[in-house]
Amino acid sequence: MSVFDGLRFRKVYSPIHNLDPRIKFVYVIAIFVVAILFYQIIPLLVLFFMQIPFVLLARVQRQWLRSLRGAAFLATFIFVVNVATTYFTSGYLLTAANVENAAAMTLRFVVLVESFSVFFLTTSPDHLGLALEESRVPYEFAFAFTTAVRFVPVLAEEAQTIMDAQKARGLELEKGGLLKRIRNYVPVLIPLIVSAIRRSLELAEAMESRAWGATKKRTNLYLLKLHKGDYALLAITVGILAVAVYVHFFVSIPTIASLL
Amino acid sequence: MAIIETKNLTYTYPGATKPSIVDVSIKVEKGEFVLITGPSGCGKTTLCRCFNGLVPHFYQGELKGEISVSGIDTLKHHTYEMAKHVGLVFQNPENQLFALSIEKDVAFGLENVGVSREEMRKKVDWALNQTGIYDIRERSPHEISGGQQQRVAIASVLAMEPEIIVLDEPTSFLDPLSAEKIFEVIYRLNKEQGITVILVEHRLDLTAKYTDHLIVMDEGKVRFEGDPRQILSSEETRLIGVGIPKATLLYQMLKKEGLNLGDKTPLSSEELADQLLEALSPQ
Amino acid sequence: MIEATDIRYSYPNKVEALKGVSLTIQDGEFVAIMGQNGAGKSTLVKHFNGLLKPSVGKVRVDGVETTKSSVAALARNVGFVFQNPDHQLFSETVEEEIAFALKNFGFQPDVIEQRVTWALNLLSLTQYRKTSPFLLSGGERKRVALASVLAWDPSTLILDEPTIGQDHEQKEKLRQFIMQMQTQKKTVVIVTHDVEFVAECNPRVVLMKEGKIVADGEGKEILTDPALLELSSIVLPQIAQVFTKLAPLGFPKDVIDLYEAKQIILKAKESKQGR
Repeated sequence: MSVFDGLRFRKVYSPIHNLDPRIKFVYVIAIFVVAILFYQIIPLLVLFFMQIPFVLLARVQRQWLRSLRGAAFLATFIFVVNVATTYFTSGYLLTAANVENAAAMTLRFVVLVESFSVFFLTTSPDHLGLALEESRVPYEFAFAFTTAVRFVPVLAEEAQTIMDAQKARGLELEKGGLLKRIRNYVPVLIPLIVSAIRRSLELAEAMESRAWGATKKRTNLYLLKLHKGDYALLAITVGILAVAVYVHFFVSIPTIASLL
Repeated sequence: MAIIETKNLTYTYPGATKPSIVDVSIKVEKGEFVLITGPSGCGKTTLCRCFNGLVPHFYQGELKGEISVSGIDTLKHHTYEMAKHVGLVFQNPENQLFALSIEKDVAFGLENVGVSREEMRKKVDWALNQTGIYDIRERSPHEISGGQQQRVAIASVLAMEPEIIVLDEPTSFLDPLSAEKIFEVIYRLNKEQGITVILVEHRLDLTAKYTDHLIVMDEGKVRFEGDPRQILSSEETRLIGVGIPKATLLYQMLKKEGLNLGDKTPLSSEELADQLLEALSPQ
Repeated sequence: MIEATDIRYSYPNKVEALKGVSLTIQDGEFVAIMGQNGAGKSTLVKHFNGLLKPSVGKVRVDGVETTKSSVAALARNVGFVFQNPDHQLFSETVEEEIAFALKNFGFQPDVIEQRVTWALNLLSLTQYRKTSPFLLSGGERKRVALASVLAWDPSTLILDEPTIGQDHEQKEKLRQFIMQMQTQKKTVVIVTHDVEFVAECNPRVVLMKEGKIVADGEGKEILTDPALLELSSIVLPQIAQVFTKLAPLGFPKDVIDLYEAKQIILKAKESKQGR
């Protein structure tokens, strides 16, 4: 229980959370590709709004907004740079079309951030680990992933305890200039590293004792099965791709500036 | 035939100057509840590691003497082969749970040996029920208390259906009531399932009553082995720093003062209270 | 003197760990704070050296409000030894480990030298002066951690779960050490759920449950109340268990001490023979 509590994953159940992570991943990649395909603002706006039902269904709107806010700085930066370059290269002219173009580039970035954040916000780490296991990724890799997720909060909590223990011995972490401050962390880092090594030894011992590496043909308690929802999402994904390709090649997309 | 037998077992960790266990010869019969105790650093943990081959396969180093567990020479068989016969439960529950849900952790060993999914489900559910954690099977390890975590650790070795379960100070991080519940789970497994239990503990106050076979170690050697009532009433046991249960101590102190409560040295408060009630009640 | 007045504390994740706790610990007292894991024991004692500051209420240490001081300043008088020594040991030698806090507090080199020698001696660690703390056994590491706090001679000593993983002899040494601190009029606060240890030491007992104090009084009184202890997931000490069962004989129930128990039983035997 500490400031690091945010690192802990929680189990949430929603139609989106229950989807197969592999299909969700395919969906995210499709959105990614479509976003790259278009540089006009209208299709990108459509893409942006298309994610919102997912967010609402998964009831992660608050976290989703937070991740968008996190991307706001970079988005602003992209916008400013785009506007500036066109301004300078087009002979110091600021046209509506240029601004719109810059906005589209920014929106493309936002759509990418958005779709990835929906994926990570609605996929529990154990689901993801399972997907890794079943995607022919070597089991060691999947295991390393889930174990890392399992122990990050534990290590974070431990770091807090170590800091407390050293502060109780008069260590002032915020004292001194930059170099001194870095040095102040030595009494925190050494115990943290030593303890992590000790922990990993104990883990290895426990794994060995539970037949780690007994056979190459490992089985799995869980099985990822595709449900109706997964097929639906797959259909949606294919639909989006088809429409996008069609529009890209056969429809000329107007700019907002030309419509006004 | 004894389920565990060692003859002159001596082991030195790599880089260590002196052996951690010296000339250990013990015999454990099938279905026994064995308690191993002794001061810190006496070699209890090292001996436990010999039972499933962690010593010498995982730790390397030099192991001399003979050891047979479930009829298998652990020197010649790797730890993963022993996992079906011997389950090891460690002191810190946190570092033996690595999955993100409890049932997945319980299934870990079975997955490793490649048990089919249907069979695995049955065994996992059985182990969860035996340890009383079926209802929390879908939670993640940090959502549950230390006592529950340790039950998960027990369930996860139990799922392999071993003949022997070895527990190395499984309750030192737990509060007394959670500890007692763990001991009751272990005791039930011993009595009802016939699993041979080897429990390493400092706190004899809580555990002496469960055992009929006590092993006291000191400086790597087995100092006493046998009937706990006899061993705990001997003066030498106290001298090597074993925490004798208070009830046993009180019985001895009274005996010294001339109040003999009978031949049976009590190991628990219940036993002592019964003896006192009998001796002191007005006829 | 430590005074906590109606303090509440919530962790950043909004979990309220203390729900209105008032407690006064006088100078020279020996207090055991007991209760289940998660009852708020550690959270409470972390307020005594300012590691945590109350969300509501006040904590005063020797008259100074903790919100108006720093951990470093408060720690000068309140030494805190954490449960796991590995969470603080980092130096190359035991000697340096013990000198760490002394340097932080700005002691002069000759004083540091003197204090280190004193602390090493006090916990029988002199032979390990130049040894790396990482090469020592668990019990020894625990003593180094204790020595590294004792070195600056704080007037109050807080020990978080000092008996966990300790064998009988180590516990006995710890008990003797606390008794020694007591004769020097030091305040000692231990956080523990080791009933047998508390029964042997017989301190004032403060029992916590779910962020509140549910009982506060003599060990003898609290550790012999089965209803109260069950509430806090604690079992009766063994002697108290025996005496609870001897109630039909008209024995007192509030006995936790081995020697007192012996006296009472022998007396009962005499009076029975006398009849």
